[in-house]
Amino acid sequence: MLRIVKKARGTPKGRGVEPQALQEVRALLGTAPRRRDLLIEHLHRLQDRFGHLSAARLAALAQEMRLSMTEVFEVATFYHHFDVVKEGEAAPPALTVRVCDSIACELAGAQALLRRLPAILGKEVRVVAAPCVGRCEAAPCAVVHQNPVGNATVEKVRAAVQAKKLGCAEPAYLDYVAYRKAGGYRLIADCLAGKRSRDEITQAMEDSGLRGLGGAGFPAGRKWRIVAAEPAPRLMAVNIDEGEPGTFKDRWYLERDPHRFLEGMLVAAWCAGVGEIYIYLRDEYAGCRAVLERELAKLRKNPPCALPPIHLRRGAGAYICGEESAMIESIEGKRGMPRLRPPYVAQVGLFGYPTLEHNMETVYWVREIVQRGADWFASHGRHGRKGLRSFSVSGRVKKPGVHLAPAGITVRELIDEYCGGMQEGHEFYAYLPGGASGGILPASKGDVPLDFDTLQPHGCFIGSAAVVILSQRDKAAAAAKNLMRFFKDESCGQCTPCRVGTAKALDLMQHKSWNQPLLEELSQAMMDASICGLGQAAPNPVQCVMKYFPHEVQ
Amino acid sequence: MDRASTRQQATMPVEFRLNGKTVVGRPDETIIETAKRHGVEIPHLCYAPGLRPDGNCRACVVEIKGERALAPSCCRYPKEGMEVTSDSARARLSQKMVLELLLADMPEKHYRKDSELDAWARKLEVGLPRFASRHQPRADLSHPAIAVNLDACIQCTRCLRACREEQVNDVIGYAWRGEHAKIVFDFDDPMGASTCVACGECVQACPTGALMPARDAGLQQIDKTVDSVCPFCGVGCLLTYHVKDNVIRFVTGKDGPSNHGRLCVKGRYGFDYAHHPHRLTKPLIRKPGVAKSADLRVDPGNWRDVFREASWEEALDLAAQGLRRVRERDKAALAGFGSAKGSNEEAYLFQKLVRTGFGTNNVDHCTRLCHASSVAALLEGIGSGAVSNQVNDVAHSEVIFLIGANPTSNHPVAATWLKNAARRGAKLIVADPRRTDLARHATHFLQFHPDTDVALLNAMIHAIIDEGLVNEAFIRDRTSGYDALAENAKDFPPEKMAPICGIPADTIRQVARLYASSRASIILWGMGISQHVHGTDNARCLIALTLMTGQVGRPGTGLHPLRGQNNVQGASDSGLIPMMYPDYQRVATPEAKARFERFWGAELDPKPGLTVVEIMNAAYDGKIRGMYIMGENPAMSDPDLEHARAAMAKLEHLVVQDIFLTETACLADVVLPATAWPEKDGTVTNTDRMVQLGRKALEAPGEAQPDLWIIQELARRLGLEWRYAGPRDVWDEMRGCMDSIRGITWERLERDSSVTYPCENEGDPGQPVVFQTHFPTATGRGKFVPADLIRAAERPDKDFPMVLITGRQLEHWHTGAMTRRSGVLDAIEPEPVVSMHPLDLAALKARPGEVVTVESRRGRISLYARADEGTPRGAVFIPFAFQEAAANLLTNPVLDPFGKIPEFKYCAVRVTRGGARPADPGYGKGRSLALTSARA
Repeated sequence: MLRIVKKARGTPKGRGVEPQALQEVRALLGTAPRRRDLLIEHLHRLQDRFGHLSAARLAALAQEMRLSMTEVFEVATFYHHFDVVKEGEAAPPALTVRVCDSIACELAGAQALLRRLPAILGKEVRVVAAPCVGRCEAAPCAVVHQNPVGNATVEKVRAAVQAKKLGCAEPAYLDYVAYRKAGGYRLIADCLAGKRSRDEITQAMEDSGLRGLGGAGFPAGRKWRIVAAEPAPRLMAVNIDEGEPGTFKDRWYLERDPHRFLEGMLVAAWCAGVGEIYIYLRDEYAGCRAVLERELAKLRKNPPCALPPIHLRRGAGAYICGEESAMIESIEGKRGMPRLRPPYVAQVGLFGYPTLEHNMETVYWVREIVQRGADWFASHGRHGRKGLRSFSVSGRVKKPGVHLAPAGITVRELIDEYCGGMQEGHEFYAYLPGGASGGILPASKGDVPLDFDTLQPHGCFIGSAAVVILSQRDKAAAAAKNLMRFFKDESCGQCTPCRVGTAKALDLMQHKSWNQPLLEELSQAMMDASICGLGQAAPNPVQCVMKYFPHEVQ
Repeated sequence: MDRASTRQQATMPVEFRLNGKTVVGRPDETIIETAKRHGVEIPHLCYAPGLRPDGNCRACVVEIKGERALAPSCCRYPKEGMEVTSDSARARLSQKMVLELLLADMPEKHYRKDSELDAWARKLEVGLPRFASRHQPRADLSHPAIAVNLDACIQCTRCLRACREEQVNDVIGYAWRGEHAKIVFDFDDPMGASTCVACGECVQACPTGALMPARDAGLQQIDKTVDSVCPFCGVGCLLTYHVKDNVIRFVTGKDGPSNHGRLCVKGRYGFDYAHHPHRLTKPLIRKPGVAKSADLRVDPGNWRDVFREASWEEALDLAAQGLRRVRERDKAALAGFGSAKGSNEEAYLFQKLVRTGFGTNNVDHCTRLCHASSVAALLEGIGSGAVSNQVNDVAHSEVIFLIGANPTSNHPVAATWLKNAARRGAKLIVADPRRTDLARHATHFLQFHPDTDVALLNAMIHAIIDEGLVNEAFIRDRTSGYDALAENAKDFPPEKMAPICGIPADTIRQVARLYASSRASIILWGMGISQHVHGTDNARCLIALTLMTGQVGRPGTGLHPLRGQNNVQGASDSGLIPMMYPDYQRVATPEAKARFERFWGAELDPKPGLTVVEIMNAAYDGKIRGMYIMGENPAMSDPDLEHARAAMAKLEHLVVQDIFLTETACLADVVLPATAWPEKDGTVTNTDRMVQLGRKALEAPGEAQPDLWIIQELARRLGLEWRYAGPRDVWDEMRGCMDSIRGITWERLERDSSVTYPCENEGDPGQPVVFQTHFPTATGRGKFVPADLIRAAERPDKDFPMVLITGRQLEHWHTGAMTRRSGVLDAIEPEPVVSMHPLDLAALKARPGEVVTVESRRGRISLYARADEGTPRGAVFIPFAFQEAAANLLTNPVLDPFGKIPEFKYCAVRVTRGGARPADPGYGKGRSLALTSARA
């Protein structure tokens, strides 16, 4: 039936702006600039203050920022940590408990927590499943507002809720004064004082063989040279959107020695001729945010040398924003949808400028490599590989955690030498060498050196060196399903092979016996035709299961 | 070898291999485009020519040798020696898988006959999809024009790009993510409740039918398509009618020079007025003894108490008889109103009839009510009333100064070019008492007080002189009278004008600086400038700004008064004005008179005629006794309607030619049923000086006749032996007396659909940018004319404390005769509203949507209140399209002394809460859509 409007509208088309909402938004934003790239920051202010994003306030924010309503809405609905509440809808409860259900936490019983917690915590608390929160060494993890409860049990979570322990505990870390006392920031000061040359330091990076530790493994020194060769202005974007399930090394270092990272960042920026730096930190790392905010303030207040402008930007719950171009979109205040390349971000990156994009850990090593020499770094390694890797190990081992080990170490060596062996009653069955994207290998492939380039022949890759160990009690197919569900949930929705492919693949994987030819065909298209690494790598676990664990899915 | 420029490089050939063959592409041409040129088809869905390639659907992926993954051919540019394969097994697997994945989620029902997804699936022989379907969203049928069926959506975002990057209406978004990613309107609102302006660009862009014209119009088997031009505003969009059973089922945009395929809600959905049952199908004659009076209301659906049907012979004889009777007594007691909605040929013949048949120059049309003052100032200052640069020339501007215009409502497609330019980085300065939609896109928005245009503009002139930003060489070489301007400007420092116009002095200086010092600045204006007693002065200031800075005669510069009606430019060019013959040759100039006497073979009245409002006053005073009105509706469009209607009621003889029984026709002695625009052939000239060909798509209803035929039949009965076989004959005659269009042949119009004048010789390309070396004045120089502060004739006081601004709405055209009978347009704006600031409304203790009464010294109307923050405090805005609450009952008939344009933009009113609900005019009020539906 047609809805024929017969009455005059009392307002212009669409939703108007309520004066009260506008007043609230104006008061909250204060004198903060209304620039478009700050949209996500401003959405955080509203979400933090009111616990959700009401349609009225979103409309007011749109007007205040001179954006269209839809631009605000599409960004707000993209990120997990924003709760958009339209007219007539109920606002979420004031307190949210996010239970991580990614691979390590699922192995450790996340589903039971998710089943039991709602009844126990009651209606005043919202319990939601969350993708990897980066605390796989303490799986399962439940985050009570911003308080991560490691090795979570129903009782521990209930206690935190009842005690209203909602913030992240402060890690004990080397602060600004202590870092400087130990010789920190002398390197960057020397650089700016002309005691070091850009070429010398860049050369050291090249000689050390340091490669990007976010997963792609692009040689760091070469990246600096490429960006430096582009016309100014150049920008830097530091990726601390550590979202790859199983990965927590960046947090690990930030919680211990944040200034080592900041100094490395400044040196990298100086070498590449960067004038302004953006740090993108995932919203799940509230503790790290507090540390960085505080320490950046100290740094700015008492700078060891001239500093470029440094902006700390807050993610909002989106794995895809760890993809370099999606992160850039997010820093610009947009949906985190990866860009097509070419052009590469080194040429056309943040705000259209040449951009040096680095994973946090990559620059974390800069000071040490310069001070101890490229040879020191390159002298490490096993099985013919060079350098050091920070393995985030989780799953069925006795000592999960970040283990700094020689590149090229095998998983069996890693388990035995660094992780205290397998947990009692667990036998090594399979492992994920590189988080959710890197594929799944059987124990029979436990002697393959773990490094860039060594796993490709086996259909896998090391990525961010997140190693998840499965035992005979686990199923590779179940793990693959968990991973595919993760990819489906985290797909940005831009391209067909990933948006539709992940959903259809998961659908096919729900069957006891998989339609392997169709999954194979679908995987091929996803790997070949997806825009970014998410869709391209999403079929890796599926293919590994069909290749190495066919008995599980026949 | 010299280094090639970037542009040269962009067009240098690139040789690469495509499917094993060597092809030659260009660095600025994507692989898919090169492939298409070479006859290689690559499937694609999210790619559409004209839209930014997005590369999201991945149906067009190809293999590039040496690359790890496949590449989207719609986004990739070739490199020398590249080896590209689009038909390898690997590429095909992905192409087909993409199609299969999308097909799996398609509904069983089809919303259009030719889904691009289905077509590609057939071509690539994709069989039945092997995947289960997604959970399907529900249909959204909330909008009267557009059906939203997202179960057929493939998330290709063509609609989004059309909405946001092409039209820049910014309504459509892509919300949520992953498999939940969804096309949304605003906050995922029903389309009908969103800010959607129904331009329909999204529908035109959608490849699968997820967005379609409502009521399954897109599923109809079409008999024929006819290319034509839009009948509404002066932008002059080219379009294509899709016709079945003599009914226009839907309209698509055509790639015309002014619109490049874009349309607005009127052009796309406002065509069904032609099929409305109120169409006049037989001549009508007033019944004996039925008196005429100003307050006469005739239901256009039931007129039999007032009129009787007659044959054409009888009606034409009677019409001519009455006119002859008056002519025999006093030629000067006759007058004619032609129409800016008719064709050039009709306008030309109409004025020729009045001048040679009536024997008077009392011929005018609604140009008098829109840009007469602008034209007066332009003719005085630079010798030509037409625009110097075309609207989409703003693509070359660094600064765009838009004042007194609301193009998103009144020139929507022109507004898209402004928005595109602003997005590109041009500085857009919007000055208007109302905060309009464009303000959001502006770098500077100056909400100045109504009636203070000269204060603001003179302050800008002062600032430019003060800061030494004048273009001295231009002033020296191409202008005269600068000293007087400079002397006058001394009295207008921004600091002194700021409290008057309400804009801080710093802001005035800043925009003045921007305008004067940019590489290319253009000024566009609308009736906010012209419809004042100081309208000519306002325009003089704009001309002065242009001349003193030399911002004219180059791409991206100049002066552009945005023309209102589809043919107001052409009607004026054709001589449908009392003081000028065709091509602005002055009646008062003996040479011009002699030339036309020779050309027409008739003696002409040496005295310039009366203008629109003057004619009404003369009729009121009994000096004008007989009138012929073609397609105009002064009983709605003139100021102080009570007076205008009374004047027409006093006429001894009134002949009205129209397609509906308008408020004016109700006062006629004879009503002649004419044809609607899609029912006839003819040319119209848009705001950009483009002469464009309208083509007949429909047979006229009943006995309705083409206007050209009716004019000729009357002419014959007035003693003129005319033998024009059709518009082409008239056009050829016009070329003989109008130098500006002499080079435009009918064949060329048929071939090109659009030709820009001046085009003096056959084959001339036409001149989009004029005044490059001189102005068409006697001296070749532009003339500065200083302006003083003159305030509005009637300013608010204790009794009438608020200001009334009249104007238009996006959906309703002029007096509403057409648009209120168009289903979609009527459904969106069914009833009369007055826009007020929410705080002013609150001060009345009235709620939005409630009835309020607006009263001036001349009349009183009651209508619904609309709370609109964009309306300034202390002012109300009323569109004049609503008969049951006619804004012009309130307006002040005082005239600008030069342009003779009434002060529609300013008079004093008072607003009170409550009042009678607006009466039923017999059409509109949301009823038209039901008729449209019934026809479907």
